[in-house]
Amino acid sequence: MSEHFKTVGRPEKKVDGLALVRGKPVYTPDYDAPDALVVKLLRSPHAHAQIKGIDTGQAEAINDVVGIFTFKDIDRIPFTRAGQGYPEPSPYDTYLLDSKVRYVGDVVAVVAAKNEKAAREAMKNIKVEYEILDPVFDMREASNEGAPVIHDEDDCSGVFDKSRNIAAHFVMDIGDVEKTLENCDFVLRKTYHVDTQLHAALEPHNALTYFDSVGRLIVVSSTQVPFHCRRILSHILKKPIADIRVIKPRIGGGFGGKQSIIVEPYAALVTIKTGMPARIVYGREEVSMGTNIRHEMSFDVAVGATKDGKIRAISLQGISNTGAYGEHCLTTFMVAGSKTLPLYNKVDAVHFGGDIVYTNLPPAGAYRGYGAPQGLFPLDCAIDELAHEMKMDPLKLKEMNSIREGETSPIFEIMGEGREGVPQIMRSCKLQECIDLGKKAIDWDSKRGKKTKNGTKVRGVGCALAMQGSGIPKIDMGAATIKMNEDGSFNLLVGATDLGTGSDTILGQIAAEVLTVPLDKIVVYSSDTDLTPFDVGAYASSTTYVSGNAVRLAAEKVKEKVLDLAAEYLERDRSELTLESGVIRGKDGSSVSLSELCTMHMYTFNQQQISESASYVGEESPPPFAASFAEVEVDTDTGKITLINYVSYADCGLALNPIQAMGQLEGASMQGIGWALYEDIIYAKNGRMLTNDFFTYKVPSRMDYGKLTCGLVDSYEPTGPFGAKSIGEIGIDTPIPAIANAIFDATGIRLRHAPFKSERVLFEILSMEV
Amino acid sequence: MRIALTVNGRLHELDIEPGEYLLEVLRRIGYKSVRRSCGSASCGTCTVLLNGKPILSCSTFAASIDGQNIETVEGMADGDKLHPIQEAILEEGAAQCGYCIPGVVMTGEALLRENPDPTDEHIRLALNGNLCRCTGYEPQNRAIKKAAEVRRGETDE
Repeated sequence: MSEHFKTVGRPEKKVDGLALVRGKPVYTPDYDAPDALVVKLLRSPHAHAQIKGIDTGQAEAINDVVGIFTFKDIDRIPFTRAGQGYPEPSPYDTYLLDSKVRYVGDVVAVVAAKNEKAAREAMKNIKVEYEILDPVFDMREASNEGAPVIHDEDDCSGVFDKSRNIAAHFVMDIGDVEKTLENCDFVLRKTYHVDTQLHAALEPHNALTYFDSVGRLIVVSSTQVPFHCRRILSHILKKPIADIRVIKPRIGGGFGGKQSIIVEPYAALVTIKTGMPARIVYGREEVSMGTNIRHEMSFDVAVGATKDGKIRAISLQGISNTGAYGEHCLTTFMVAGSKTLPLYNKVDAVHFGGDIVYTNLPPAGAYRGYGAPQGLFPLDCAIDELAHEMKMDPLKLKEMNSIREGETSPIFEIMGEGREGVPQIMRSCKLQECIDLGKKAIDWDSKRGKKTKNGTKVRGVGCALAMQGSGIPKIDMGAATIKMNEDGSFNLLVGATDLGTGSDTILGQIAAEVLTVPLDKIVVYSSDTDLTPFDVGAYASSTTYVSGNAVRLAAEKVKEKVLDLAAEYLERDRSELTLESGVIRGKDGSSVSLSELCTMHMYTFNQQQISESASYVGEESPPPFAASFAEVEVDTDTGKITLINYVSYADCGLALNPIQAMGQLEGASMQGIGWALYEDIIYAKNGRMLTNDFFTYKVPSRMDYGKLTCGLVDSYEPTGPFGAKSIGEIGIDTPIPAIANAIFDATGIRLRHAPFKSERVLFEILSMEV
Repeated sequence: MRIALTVNGRLHELDIEPGEYLLEVLRRIGYKSVRRSCGSASCGTCTVLLNGKPILSCSTFAASIDGQNIETVEGMADGDKLHPIQEAILEEGAAQCGYCIPGVVMTGEALLRENPDPTDEHIRLALNGNLCRCTGYEPQNRAIKKAAEVRRGETDE
């Protein structure tokens, strides 16, 4: 499909790549600000407590301490940290500083000092008197009679039921699930549970704030959502949006962890209170326990099928743990259904529902996959279990019942994000191609059900199918501005936020393709609220599709303008002109280059800046699809699980930059593999996260996997920019179910609680032997 | 206290605090490629070469480097000409967010100096301490392998 394209579909090098490999100072901490105050946060050692008194006198007297701020020093303004469309579908249950703390790590005081040492010394000398309250940590107990109420304040809003710690609630039914299940030949009912996960981006959350020469607040931040950041800062700092500028330089990883407004307000508060530049950089422990984590979820799943292999009913009734605050609480839960259930679209009845509850644990938030992996684990594994009961190849059952091109699902219309969705038909769905290639790569037919043994070690294979979305339809908006320079180059200004994904590059490729110039003629500048047009930011797999379409539209407008002006300049009929390789040509051989045309229009002829802008809001959200396969080896003596091979094929439409797109699939697969096998969060009895560094929280390293085989299938999404759909998230959906299914294939042990630690497998093996 | 150290062939003499780590000192004198991530010698982000061997600058006292030779990624390219590892990283899409890249380049360079023809296993083992949360490692492993070939003169650059 990409043969006739010149720039899109090619593995162009990243436009920011040279700076990255040369170690240039491009991240927020690299920005020099020698007189910036050091900002540190004093955090609560208690999971649930009322602050009775804070004495900062002794700390303030320390040399080089410039200021200490507590809830007494600021206006009490409820807000949500969630960086999402406005008005946000998240409760306003958060305060920059509060007289109550709700998890170990909640912020108690903000310290500003001239140096690190003084800041640390001040932290030690702040005296806080707490009235300790009972905490609740288990999400299944949070709504029990008599459970401590976490948000008992009067001024929070948008909480579903404060008295029972229910932040949000959702329920949806199509048909009558129970009745349909009664008519099924096979019914499976189980409970699945998936624990939380840390983002573990290598660059810690950090921000630098200062006043510019006219007193505007400048915020340089490692954020995925610069425009939401500006809006939320305006709300909580009571400053006009016009007086705030948010700049996002390069970011050292985000994965959703920087989709909430976490560090910026504290630095901004210090700058506003002191007039001084301020810098806040979280330590690794703070990144782990003081930002956002993934929503832990549990689902009671029921699946029913008739003996001819038709899945007729699916029910997912769940509970989600949003921790102390509710950013992204409703939307992540809804995505657990909305981006998994349409996959099995041939059913007669579907139920999805549950509560998202507060606990006294670190607040959950956005994380790559955004609920979809938590929903896919029970859904895919339940179908896998059902297939075994039916004595069918699980892949066959999934294949027979999954969605195909030209089909739809009523779920698309019923479930959006925080509200109803948008009906859509699958214009591109190459799921079958993904299945066929993956099946071959893993050698499914000869390996499945064989339980190949080598001493105490036994091997098995598992599969999982997935879908995601491409932006939030009718909500996510991205815009682009393109202006022309006299050498025939163009500045592309986008609000879109490249967090390492390569979006600056592929957006540049789109503009280059339309304007028929090489990529190096497109100068991309992104994510600066003063200089670039609006974009919701980097989340919901939206950038390629939403921002990409905005760039395509802006470039097309520029092209039209160029042809209009060339017609005038060449005195030829507009319809006779074509733009090719940077030159406008008439049928009679007359021509003018982009460079000449722009130079003329700047200096001598019909003078004007050639420049256009365009915005795009998705009418639909075409899902990418994936089929993934895992081969594992389990040592039945020790429980040790070794990942021999992991295969994932995805349909992301046309890959605008195949190397970058593959990188998204490979990286998301590894992040999912880590979650499935190694990454385990442990809390102390008082609710303190014990696994808050890279020694105790095991991010997979190069020796932790066998083979990783990823591929992209030929596909073309007609509504996408040059046929593209998303690829950023989908890879993380499948590792947990695929690996669980493989462990079952090897051992007959069905693990319904992720992650799958070797200890858990060993306990299962031991209990089987008894 | 006053120390002297050579960074990428250039001699620096400067005053440091006794408890200061090499990472902070290098950043202070302008080597911003040396970045903090874990702060506890567990991720490889801050790797630099000390007398040719990779070390973690976040947990190495600057005082212990007095009179020694440090190399950072700023010194790897020859003017406009990238080091083969840097070039291969661009070609293979091995830098996404790029935060781990200076550490990966330096550890990779130390490996290739010692073992010009590493197997996949050698590469994984040598770079096992360099965490990357973006790429899933495969593009980086491919890049090191490719750079080794270029370095041995088996492939055109």
